Amino acid sequence: MADVFIEPRIRGANEEETEWMDLNMGPQHPSTHGVLRVKLKLDGEVVRDADADIGYLHTGFEKSFEDKTYTQGITFSDRMDYLGPPINNVGFVSAVEKLMEIDVPPRAQAIRVMMMELARLGSHELWLGTAGLDLGVYSGFFYAWRDRELILDLNEAYAGVRMMTSFTRVGGVAWDLPDGWLDQLQRFIDLMPPRIDDFESMLTNNPIWLERLRGVGPLTGQQAIEAGVTGPMLRASGVDYDVRKAFPYCGYEQYDFDVPLGVNGDCFDRYKVRVQEMRESLKILQQAKDNLPDGPWLTNNRKVALPPRTELNTSMEAVIHHFRLVSEGFKGPVGDVYAFVESPRGELGFYLVSDGANKPYRMKVRPPSFCNLQPLRQLVHGVLVADVIAIMGSMDFILGDVDR
Amino acid sequence: MSESAANALVQRLQAAFPGALLESSDFRGDLSIVVESDTLVEVAAHLKANEGFKYFLYGTAVDWPARDPRFTVVWEVRSLEAKTRIRIKTTAAMPEPHVPSLTAVWPAANWHERETYDLFGITFDGHPDLRRILMPASWEGFPLRKDYVSFGEPVIFSDQKLEGLEPDAIRG
Amino acid sequence: MGELTLRPVPTPTGRAAGPTPLNALGDNILTTSLDKVINWGRSSAIWPALFGLACCAIEMMGTVGPRHDLSRFGSELFRASPRQADLMIVSGRVSIKMAPVLRQIYDQMPEPKWVIAMGACASSAGMFNNYAIVQSVDKIVPVDIYVPGCPPRPEALIDAVIKLQRRIRGEPLVKRSA
Repeated sequence: MADVFIEPRIRGANEEETEWMDLNMGPQHPSTHGVLRVKLKLDGEVVRDADADIGYLHTGFEKSFEDKTYTQGITFSDRMDYLGPPINNVGFVSAVEKLMEIDVPPRAQAIRVMMMELARLGSHELWLGTAGLDLGVYSGFFYAWRDRELILDLNEAYAGVRMMTSFTRVGGVAWDLPDGWLDQLQRFIDLMPPRIDDFESMLTNNPIWLERLRGVGPLTGQQAIEAGVTGPMLRASGVDYDVRKAFPYCGYEQYDFDVPLGVNGDCFDRYKVRVQEMRESLKILQQAKDNLPDGPWLTNNRKVALPPRTELNTSMEAVIHHFRLVSEGFKGPVGDVYAFVESPRGELGFYLVSDGANKPYRMKVRPPSFCNLQPLRQLVHGVLVADVIAIMGSMDFILGDVDR
Repeated sequence: MSESAANALVQRLQAAFPGALLESSDFRGDLSIVVESDTLVEVAAHLKANEGFKYFLYGTAVDWPARDPRFTVVWEVRSLEAKTRIRIKTTAAMPEPHVPSLTAVWPAANWHERETYDLFGITFDGHPDLRRILMPASWEGFPLRKDYVSFGEPVIFSDQKLEGLEPDAIRG
Repeated sequence: MGELTLRPVPTPTGRAAGPTPLNALGDNILTTSLDKVINWGRSSAIWPALFGLACCAIEMMGTVGPRHDLSRFGSELFRASPRQADLMIVSGRVSIKMAPVLRQIYDQMPEPKWVIAMGACASSAGMFNNYAIVQSVDKIVPVDIYVPGCPPRPEALIDAVIKLQRRIRGEPLVKRSA
């Protein structure tokens, strides 16, 4: 399988290739989930080759990170994987915290876990809605948004913003939970399981859904590892790798949840894995809420975290720290680290190189969607055009993440 | 990776490829090795075949304009069974920086190396399909280099004079 | 008991005045101008083209979702083909690779067409003042309504569509500035 990646594409090398039709899909297309262009070579209705042309949403995030202090970069990090902004936030500050060796208090970790699991739920809901929309499930879109609006309400109650939360700070989270948020969360947790069952009952045994997804775009575990794929796509192929279990962060080791695995690695298994992951997220949310520890939500290390405003009235040092942090930020040691979290798409990693300044020298993002999109060429070999849509839907990539 | 395991791995590599390993470091638990570009592909193949690093994570570069060689090219790979990672670095000097490509060892490095070429201008020898991936194909310049000016438009405040700062005069 | 002053009975108008040529037909006929009718038609059924680029596209989907329902205001469907759409909601950041595509889609839309620049990135490049993003989409296409926000709430987008509808109703029929 490795040679599918390496074989050079020489036009006209193959006699029958000259009879193939070039079809351009995107970048403006309802089913490309963003601005992705796929140049297909069709032999009738069967795809012989595909070239994914990305870069239509390239925003220069990595260059922008080099220009902003560590705290300013948090607001930028939201906009990369824009379907799960809290997860980007946590990944970004994890890299900084690893570099500076800062501990995060347990309450902050629990708040981070709750926000991340809500984001995971919201992302999978939206994925179900839009991937279904591509395949003809028009009503699923509205089911998905009905649930997602509840999650956005929770985001708004906590962070003030529906989507781009920017709620983490280096060493913790920016604010404590407001009064009544936990009750709202409990109502949400109680409301969701029948809704997920409802949604699933519409699809899982549906003959059209099965026909469209069963056996389409299979990827064996070995192929998935060779291709560098992570997340539900990898787990659907049977490989048990979830960052939350393998390299626990933010206190995930204390929560009891399963990692759903698939068998065949086809689009249907990816769908099943994601639906099951939604249920597991609800489990984690319940546990995080029940075991929420008291205490500070931001580290005491005044070199990196702002002092509470009440202290500014009494302590001169607090004022100096506040001034320093807001005007200049804090400086890190020289070195490079790689920190990673589990986003709904896979392993989202941040490789941070610091030269001792108050800004990152180089912040490379390891985007799960970029790596998951790479085997597209291998997966669409010999399938029908309609299956290309199903495969792209099942990959669940976000162009903000692919292009950065 | 634990310190002892990291040290053991470095020693095994030094034994297998004497003189190829220029330096190694274990900063915050991340093992990195700097390898000479001539032996890079062999070291990589050895890591994949014998040490179990089958899983490719990412590939990128870092630009140090004040230093010669200017670029450090970085790849990071993981071993799923042992749950360890290793960062392989090599250097590339101006003019016309180039390093060997690792797509023969880890096919998933394909797009990462294309991106590094696109944003830094580093050529990967042996890459099957080296062309721009994020910028338009006809773009000139390599955006992530430190000497590439990045702003789109200067911010003009209401009390500033506009001479020479008109938005269309920026790009010359 | 004072004198009862009778107020004069007002002259009957409208239907009470008795049949005249104009109101003899009752309420079955409306008279208006051609401008108004056509603009009323155009503004009440604006079908946007699918042009979701980035994060604002998610909020645009939210606007179409069940809670904030854009189709109440006439935007029943998002058409994938620009030939069938009248409104382009540029939702998201426009990179330089995407700019010619944006212009092409705009050109493919038939007149009359309108553009809403949704979000900070479409209005002014937002937080991305760098090499990769076109600094405001109005460098490429003429914009009718700018919606601030990052991303703007669905209510803000609905507000923009309503403002656009009001603007359309005030437009003269014959001359439209390109």
